[in-house]
Amino acid sequence: MQRIIIALRYIRRNVSLAIGLGILIFLILFAVIGSFLVDTKVDPYPLAGPASVAPTLSYCPRTDPECAQVEPVAYPFGTDGQGRDLFAVAVVGTWMTIRIGLLAGMIGLAIGTVLGFTSAYYGGVYDAFIQWTVDVLLTVPGLLILIIIASTIAGLENGKTLTINQMGLVIALLAWMGPTRTIRSQVLSMRERPYVMMARLNGMSSLGIIFREMIPNLLPYLGAGLVGSVTGAIFASMGLAALGLGPLREPTLGVTIYWVINQNAFLRGLWWWAAVPIVIVALIFIMLFLISMGLDEVANPRVRRAR
Amino acid sequence: MSREHILQIKNLDVQYYTDAGIVYANNKINLELKAGERLGLVGESGSGKSTLALAILGMIKPPGGIAGGEILLDGRDITKLDEEETRQMRGREISMIPQGAMNSLNPVMRVKDQIIDSVIDHELGLGKEEMEEMVRYALEAVELDRTVGNMYPHELSGGMKQRACIAIAIAMKPKVIIADEPTSALDVVTQRQVMQTIRRIQEEMGAAVIMIGHDMGLMAQFVDRLAVMYAGQMAEVAPKEGAFRAPMHPYTQMLIESLPKLGAKGEFHGIPGITPLLRDLPPGCVFNPRCPQSFGPCKEVMPKFLEHRPNQWVACHLYENESEPARS
Amino acid sequence: MSELLLELKNVTKQFKGGTVALDNISFSIDADEPSIIAIAGESGSGKTTLGLMAMGFLTASTGSVLYRGNDLAEMSGSDHKEFRKEVQAVFQDPFAVYNPFYKVDHIMEVPIANFKMASSKKEAREMMEQALISVGLRPEETLGRFPHQLSGGQRQRIALGRALLLRPKLLIADEPVSMVDASLRATILEAMDKLNKEFGITVLYITHDLTTAYHVSDYILILYKGSIMEAGDIESIIRNPQHPYTQLLIGSIPWPDLDRVWGEDIAIIDIEEDTSEESRVGCKFAGRCPHVMDKCKVAPPPLYWPDDNNRVASCYLFDDKPVLPGDDVGTLFRSKKVAVSR
Repeated sequence: MQRIIIALRYIRRNVSLAIGLGILIFLILFAVIGSFLVDTKVDPYPLAGPASVAPTLSYCPRTDPECAQVEPVAYPFGTDGQGRDLFAVAVVGTWMTIRIGLLAGMIGLAIGTVLGFTSAYYGGVYDAFIQWTVDVLLTVPGLLILIIIASTIAGLENGKTLTINQMGLVIALLAWMGPTRTIRSQVLSMRERPYVMMARLNGMSSLGIIFREMIPNLLPYLGAGLVGSVTGAIFASMGLAALGLGPLREPTLGVTIYWVINQNAFLRGLWWWAAVPIVIVALIFIMLFLISMGLDEVANPRVRRAR
Repeated sequence: MSREHILQIKNLDVQYYTDAGIVYANNKINLELKAGERLGLVGESGSGKSTLALAILGMIKPPGGIAGGEILLDGRDITKLDEEETRQMRGREISMIPQGAMNSLNPVMRVKDQIIDSVIDHELGLGKEEMEEMVRYALEAVELDRTVGNMYPHELSGGMKQRACIAIAIAMKPKVIIADEPTSALDVVTQRQVMQTIRRIQEEMGAAVIMIGHDMGLMAQFVDRLAVMYAGQMAEVAPKEGAFRAPMHPYTQMLIESLPKLGAKGEFHGIPGITPLLRDLPPGCVFNPRCPQSFGPCKEVMPKFLEHRPNQWVACHLYENESEPARS
Repeated sequence: MSELLLELKNVTKQFKGGTVALDNISFSIDADEPSIIAIAGESGSGKTTLGLMAMGFLTASTGSVLYRGNDLAEMSGSDHKEFRKEVQAVFQDPFAVYNPFYKVDHIMEVPIANFKMASSKKEAREMMEQALISVGLRPEETLGRFPHQLSGGQRQRIALGRALLLRPKLLIADEPVSMVDASLRATILEAMDKLNKEFGITVLYITHDLTTAYHVSDYILILYKGSIMEAGDIESIIRNPQHPYTQLLIGSIPWPDLDRVWGEDIAIIDIEEDTSEESRVGCKFAGRCPHVMDKCKVAPPPLYWPDDNNRVASCYLFDDKPVLPGDDVGTLFRSKKVAVSR
């Protein structure tokens, strides 16, 4: 209990982490509560809704002379040019976007960690090869590669569009290099630490040392690495989607932006259509940035700001 | 207030504010230093001696702060100075020889430039000639050849690097030099040479030295007086002979007992128990849980730091009856 | 002849970059006579390297390290486990040896499990508590805590307790008190002494501090730049050093004794380091020795016996005296005196 209090007090002082976590909780609540309000069994892209409705809490089709008899429908975020309820899009899309980010981020981190670990611990030719690969791939413009890969895969499918999971995997392909480097340098320094020597004196095997001694101490770096790769992954997914290479049938935030551009929402005065994805994406990035800044302070006590 | 005291610390309180509570790093510290005197400051880690050094140098930053008391340098209370005045005072009136010279020297600057660097910042209005003269004096004082001034730190041996640090510290002829374990990174032979250099310089300049450490052997050979700190408080301040031959505070007694002696091979007298955390101090005398001579008042009342014997100050209830009224 | 526990035979260790850390050292340890042997020297003397080789963490460049007659570098897995049980170590940094993620119990639980020393958790716990009590700690105050919650002295004693737990024959203590406050050193040294006197463990005490070495050891080996300068009974060497380097060292030590003034016993000559190529051949100390002769620069001196005391010095000043038979200084560290042929 004592530890929790100290942790909470710390968060109170670490402003970035506090605000970042706050936004995260808000988004989670939004997605969770929203999912109760939205009928997810129904395709959130029904084309049956009234098109281009500005945000309103009680909507009545103008065509119906007796408005009062019709149940007013609430479109708190309005509808888009094709009549999709943007509130539903927000709720479902937020979670989808985060899912892509998490999927790609975690796969990228997992690959990077395994490669970084083995490369640092076993060294030699294997290490040199991995290092070389990482260095070369880091210089290649990632988005370009992703576009090529994504459009090739989309081209192989019917309907020329990717599913969410396919997108996640594609992005993961380029998300593993950064973590490989960070983990490798951490393991290299840990390998020489006295507690690893002590573990060897205790008769532990190499694998045992990696799992029981080193990994627990890497958790802060893994945490920061996760935030980093998730951010990168969401960025990449936004980029691909905005170019039309996303899962066009799903209401992810990036795809919504694609439609906004594609359907000239601004020219038509449908500002709410663009506002919804933009505001949510901005919130997500601000949250990731603040959390990573906050974690940086936790991991590196010298950065800690004094009162 | 005798003018012969170059430094007087009176009832100094330094505290740090942390998430886990207030840390009482220095508690009612009283200490006096005469000009030209060599004082040793000993204590375990967690005793507050480094904090005291930082306080004297005006380097306590938030979340720490001076919560009370004063530090008089030549009569002037330096705790009340502002940023600029403190910065001017540092290096010129009080300077520090740090631990681990390797880390204190700028690897991309020549030695002489580093000496000049600190001089320039003090706006003494010196011309190029005069500054070169200062560098010459500093290097000569630490027995480094003039050519060393043109070298980079990585070209010097450990002992030479430490001497370069000393040169930087004494370039402006400060009145007080704080040496924080200046030789802990050096081997025994070099250590002796460096300590003798420090002694010679300080005697020539008439500067006082506060030597922080816990090598009691080094203290025995180098200092005139010894100040012993325990858990943020000053336990005893005595002249060398008094401290080593007739220590008054039980902690000092046990400390001296635990030192290896040529005649007592194989006998070990450790101090049982552990030092309390500075944010969780026991009531009464901070040493009482470990003190073999603890009695009645020790658990309730903090003993006052008084001069119970001529020139020997102790904070201990054992001597309360024989004490003179406190000298301010 | 009883089987020697550990033997370094003409071991030389050279690192990448050319530094020779150990130069043709021969040194054996007979575990049947538990004693405390100090390995003393300044930084760069090779003492830590010697320790690491004895622990099996480094292999020799030339020469071999034998464990009970078997070459360490070529041992099988199960033999290696035996070796691990019999040779243990305590390190310099009392904090860094603990994995900050785990409680301090971890450091004892792991070897008990790995070496299958206890049949149940309860038995393991009892063993741990016994070990802690043996080194003067209270289990209720130390077990279950994290490393940062204990003092340096306690942590170091727990490390000693852990070593004791494994009932090794040899304990290599690499500067166990240099990072611990002076006031806490006595308790740690006392624990080490107890391990030797009560549990019959031979201790290799690696240090640069001759005062503590004297306080706790029976024998001493003085290294300088990878070579042995002087070795033997610690009383003789500290009270009456014969080798010029030992004399320099002892004279430079600040003894905590007001009656002994620094450096009054010796003539300290401020000779700067001679790092030229010539100084690689011959006696390592030739560049700084006040008694240097021409022959010192030609070949390193053998170990001579300067007087009747049980100690040898590697210095041509004793050219006319008998030489230690068989290079192994370890023979001096046993109570059976080696026969001297004059």
